[in-house]
This record gives sequence, structure tokens and C-alpha cells, in this order.
Amino acid sequence: MIKPVILWTDGLLFLLTALVVVFILYARGKPHIRQPWARIFRGRIAAASVVVLSAFVLVGLLDSIHYRLPLASNGNSSETHYAVEVLSVLDAVTGTLRTREEKSYSAPFATTLYVKETVDQPDGTQVRIYPRLQFGGAHLGDDLAYKSTDIMMRSGVSLLETLLAGALITLSLAWLLSLRHGCTARDMLRRILAGRTDVPWRVILITLGVLLFLIFLVANLASVYHVLGTDKVGKDVLYLSLKSIRTGLMIGTLTTLVMLPFAIFMGIVAGYARGWIDDVVQYVYTTLNSIPHVLLIAASILMLQVYVANNPELFETTLERSDIRLLFLCIILGITSWTGLCRLLRGESLKLREAEYIQAAVSFGVSHGRIMTRHILPNVMHIVLITVVLDFSGLVLAEAVLSYVGVGVDPSMNSWGNMINGARLEMAREPVVWWSLLSAFLFMFTLVLAANLFSDAVRDAFDPRTTDQQRD
Amino acid sequence: MFAYIIRRISYALPILVGVNVLTFYLFFVVNTPDDMARMHLGQKHVTAEAVEKWKAAHGYDKPLLINDDVDGIARVTETIFYEKSVRLFAFDFGFSDDGRDIGHDIRQRMLPSLAIALPALILGLLVNITFALLMAFFRGTYVDVSGVILCVVLMSISGMFYIIGGQYLLAKLLRLMPISGYDVGTDMVRFLVLPVLIGVVSGIGSGARWYRTFFLEEAGKDYVRTARAKGLSEPLVQFRHILRNALIPIVTGVVVVLPLLFMGSLLTESFFAIPGLGSYTIDAIRNQDFAIVRAMVFLGTVLYIIGLILVDITYTIVDPRVRLS
Repeated sequence: MIKPVILWTDGLLFLLTALVVVFILYARGKPHIRQPWARIFRGRIAAASVVVLSAFVLVGLLDSIHYRLPLASNGNSSETHYAVEVLSVLDAVTGTLRTREEKSYSAPFATTLYVKETVDQPDGTQVRIYPRLQFGGAHLGDDLAYKSTDIMMRSGVSLLETLLAGALITLSLAWLLSLRHGCTARDMLRRILAGRTDVPWRVILITLGVLLFLIFLVANLASVYHVLGTDKVGKDVLYLSLKSIRTGLMIGTLTTLVMLPFAIFMGIVAGYARGWIDDVVQYVYTTLNSIPHVLLIAASILMLQVYVANNPELFETTLERSDIRLLFLCIILGITSWTGLCRLLRGESLKLREAEYIQAAVSFGVSHGRIMTRHILPNVMHIVLITVVLDFSGLVLAEAVLSYVGVGVDPSMNSWGNMINGARLEMAREPVVWWSLLSAFLFMFTLVLAANLFSDAVRDAFDPRTTDQQRD
Repeated sequence: MFAYIIRRISYALPILVGVNVLTFYLFFVVNTPDDMARMHLGQKHVTAEAVEKWKAAHGYDKPLLINDDVDGIARVTETIFYEKSVRLFAFDFGFSDDGRDIGHDIRQRMLPSLAIALPALILGLLVNITFALLMAFFRGTYVDVSGVILCVVLMSISGMFYIIGGQYLLAKLLRLMPISGYDVGTDMVRFLVLPVLIGVVSGIGSGARWYRTFFLEEAGKDYVRTARAKGLSEPLVQFRHILRNALIPIVTGVVVVLPLLFMGSLLTESFFAIPGLGSYTIDAIRNQDFAIVRAMVFLGTVLYIIGLILVDITYTIVDPRVRLS
């Protein structure tokens, strides 16, 4: 039996997922909540970015289900022992990607190492050659000229698979939608292909197709080559980039989850109660906001390092240690980033408390707590949502910078920041080792771009000011 | 005016006290000086004497808040809180953990930081305003839409890639300028071109898009409609009416960061090996030099608060509608 491992961050991420699911179920029956979301999904750019974001989230979620494999028992003890190594479902899905480690750097699709090494010949002499990789292109044998044909063949197969899967998805989508709209599947298919649907299904399908093609391509090629090369200790860069997705998502989402209750409570109470409570809250957030954020984060992480160094007995595995650090980083980032939201909420509550419906509630004798939760909170949720979505991309980018400064996630953790940090020095060598940087860049850029485009759409849909302009 | 400034400064004092107490708590209560000493001396086989010796050498061997061993005013002054935290108010930063005078270091390193940050800020401002004006002028057309999309794309690139890409492309491949380094005198320009350029380019995305919203907001106001209605030419409306009013939020946004320019940029200075305060901070964080980090937290806070005060004063100057009250 495998032993499931639930890390702190895993638990919080699943809590967040559950919250999102509950919200979706709740919002289904409420047209006034559904309406702005429906508007978001009608935008072509937003719909495409949602598809891309979902792919990232899926990888992140798969990578958050952790377990430990049992070690082979020696027979005489009934108790099973478990491997120290903690694996995730993503490791299982990507198959041998994790274990196929080379000796050192190798370029994408290479069959040899990147640097020359002295190799002992069978006859006792030594030669300096580029040694063959243990795994990359090993199936080619000695027929290296076949490599380009092999890559072409595999790409072609992926393309066929994509077309097949794409056609299947399109047809089933057309069938499902035709059931709902009460027209024939053929009509629906025509409308989808012509782009004449409310929700831009054509754009969604094209984005999905591109994603599927990349997935098939990687699945076909990565099993025999190192598609994005290998890093200094020979690990597959593609694998590292995929594993980094979880870290990026965690930083972007958990930080908000950690700070939200705090910011919402303080902001609304300050704006609603006014008086000395307002003064205290304002003082707290002005003080926290006055400290340069990087320095506050640095100071806190340094203190955590001292604490972990002096209490090593609290953490069983290295993964647990790095996990605590990730969680702590999220908390610190949350502490530095709640101030903006708190200020916005305070201002909005100050305004709302004078609104007539609140005055009516007061004169009906509704309690303060109930006014704040039932009347003010739902009316400031759009601000919360916009801030959360806007903050996400900034936090993903901040992770890289903090890791570079040395106060980001644990150096043993897979993250784009650590990848950049490790690869940065290799830019100076000749010839340049560029693939780690490029992979980190591509993955980060795709995620952040999709998040930025999505957040623009969310802001347009929820910000009352922009919607007013559109109505004019 | 003078009385107003005095009042604003007196508002700032409680905030500085708060920051000071917070850093004191973080650095001396969450982890005691003993922990720090052990961390610096290495974990294994640290004798109690070695810890005491390290603490004595760095002035951490006194009680935290109240010293019972001495009498009179020294009961409060002969403590870590007074020596390490209260003295910051007089800008007496003390010595770093490896024995250097922090105040001297800061004075020396301010200027290189400023030499990069100031040109980058001014050039960036000009470039961003130009782009934003262009997008606002052609609002709703393909120029505007593609400009906004370009801004979002530029925003989505991490600052580190601008630096690495710029260094690789311009300095390594094209050999237009040195990859990194710093020099005084006229040679300085050679070293400053690349960091300033990268500073400007990396800021275009968010800057231009942000300023564009200011311009669009002004362009929708009634006085602009009046100006057009009375037959003013479009350039006149753009530059005399919209630009001048939209400059108010832009200028105040710039003023608030002016004092912080002294602190430099962590990334730029560290990648380009510029001996400014940014790289000083990064080195301190990496070497776990708590004294320097503490000093920089305090300095950064002071500069930020000065920025806030400057903004209030600027508002009264650039916007006649705002009165001192």
C-alpha cells in the first residue's frame, strides 16, 4: 500500500479548490452572480486564457497529491517501511521523466553530453569525446543520422493524434450543445466552426488543440529525448519546469487565501465602525506598508532560517522543510500585500455605510455583525475578486525575484526562480547553456500572460466604472 | 506651509516607532541573539563561551529592554533595544556583523544607486507618457488595441529576463557596452547605458498602460468636450487640456518614489555589479548580516515616509483645488 502524504500547502490548495467548487455550485442558481462571469467567458481572449490557465491548474493539482511508496519488506516484520522520497501523481503521469538523469548538461534533443570528457577506451588509451547520453536518444543506437527523421515521424504522429482527439472533442461538444439548444448536431457544428456562438467555442477549441498538440508532442518525444535538455546535475529541464508550476500556483493563490480573511475583516470593520478602530487599523497598515516589502520579506525569511536551523528535529523530510518555508513565504507575502486590499475595502465600507439600504437595515434593528456580513460584504466582493486576480501574476513574478535574492522558496524546491538563478551563471560560459533559462521563461511567460489577460477581463466585467462606460 | 510640514512629520513619528518595534521584535525576540550567534558560528559543537564571545564582540551581550545591573538612566540605555533600535532615529546605524561602519557604507553607496535610478526614472517617464499619449490619441483603433496588447505582453516578462536578455544580446553578442561593472568619472556613462536602458524598457508595459488610463479618464470629462465644442484643434486639446490634467496623478506617483531612488534596485545593481545600496542589501541578505538588514529596513521606511510627505506638498503645488488643511 502506498502512504498518502498531505503537506500543509497541499491541504490549503485543496481547501481553496473546494471553496471554488462550492462557489460555482452556489452561483449556478443566482443569475446576478452568473451574469458578469458569463460576460467574461464571451470574450475571446479571456476564454483562451482560461483554457491555458486550467491546464496549468491541472498540472499543479496533480502535483499536489503526494504519497510515499512502500519499500520492499524483508519478510520478517509485518510493519511496512516507506521510502523517504515523496512522490506526486504528476511524477507517476510523466513516467520515467523523473528518473532518466544524465551526468550533466545536454542540449535539447541531444544525444551526447554538452562538454567533452576523457573516456577510457577498451584498449587502454584515452580519448576526449562528447560521451553519449545514457537515456537521451538511446533508442537510436548507433544510427544517429536517423535522429531528425525520428523526430519528424514522432511529430507527425502527434499531429495525427491531435487531429483525431480534436475532431472527437469538437463532435462531442457539438452534440452536447445541440441537446441543450434544441437544434441538430450538424447545425451546432456549423455554428461552432463559423464562430457564431455566444461562448467563443471556436477559440476555445483552437487553444485546446494547440495545448493537446504540445502534450502529444511532448509525450511522444520526451519518452526518448530530453526535449528541453538537462541541467547541471543531469535532470530533465522539462520535468523541472513542470514541477515548478505547482510552486508558482501556490505562491499566487495561497498568499491570497492567507491574507483574504484578514484584509476583509479589518477593512470592513474599520470602514463600518470608524472611530478608534479605524485609527488603529489605519495605523497598522500604514506601518506595514512603510517598510519596503522586499526587506520585510527578507527579514522574516532570515528569521525563519535561523529558527529552522536551530530546530531541525521538527521537520521529518527535506520536502516538509521546504514546504513549511513555502507556506511561510506565502504568509509573509500575504502580510505585505493585504494592506492595499484593506485600504480599498475600508474606503468602500465608509461609503456603503451611508447608503440608504444600510440605513434602513440599521433602523430595522439589524445587528452590526449581520449588517457587515449580509449587507456590506456581498457588495464589496467585486473589489476582493479584482484584487485577487490582479495580484496573482505579480506574485508569480515576485517568486522569481525573491528566489534570486535568496529569500524565496527553499533552494531544494523546484521553482522557476531557482531555475533562473541556477542558469544565470551559465550565460557566461562558452558555448552558452541557454535551455534552462528559455524553459523557465516560456513557462512563466505563458502563465503570467494568461493570468494578466484573464484579470483584465475580470476587471472589465466586475468593475462598475468600466461597465458604465461600456453602456454609454 | 511650514506648520503643515511640521504636522505631517509629527504624524510620521508613530509609524517610525511602530516599524522600529516590529523590527526589534523580529530580530531580537523571535530569535534571541544566542540563536544568531549559533547560526553565525556554525551549528555543531558551539560552546557557550564562543556564543558569549560572539555576542560581546557584536554588542549583543546586554539585556533586551531593561538592564538591572546599572543604575539611573543607564538602566534603559545600556540595553540592546536602546543601542540597536533607538539610535537609528539619530541615523546612527552602528556596525555591521563583520565590523564595518554601516553609516559610512550607506553614504558611499547612495550615489551609484542614484546614478542609475534617476536617469532610468526620467527617461522612463518620457517614454511612457509618449506611448500612453499615442495610445490615448488613437483610442479604440488598432493602434490602441495592439498597443495595449503589447503592454500586457511586456508586463508578463519577468524583470530578470529583461536584464539577462539585454546583457546577452547587447553586451555579449553585439559587444556594444560592458556586461557589468562600474566606474567613476566620464567612464561611468559606458557602464550606465545598459542598466538604464533595461530599466526603461522593463517599465514600459505597466507604465504606459497605467498612464493611458489616466489620459482616457481625463479625455472623458466635460471640460474636454467643452474644449472640442468651442472648436479647439485636437493637438491643442490633447496637450494643453488632457496632458496637463493627467499629469497630476503621474507627477504625484513619481514624487512618492523619488526618495526611494537612493535605495537602488536590488535586481539591476546585483546583475550589473554596481556598488549601490541595492547590491549592498542583497549581499547583506545573502551573508545573513542582520545589522545591515535592520538598518536598511529603517532607512527604507524613512525614505518612504518622506516620499508620502512630498506627495502631499506636491499636490498643493500642482493642483490648485487642493488646499492645506
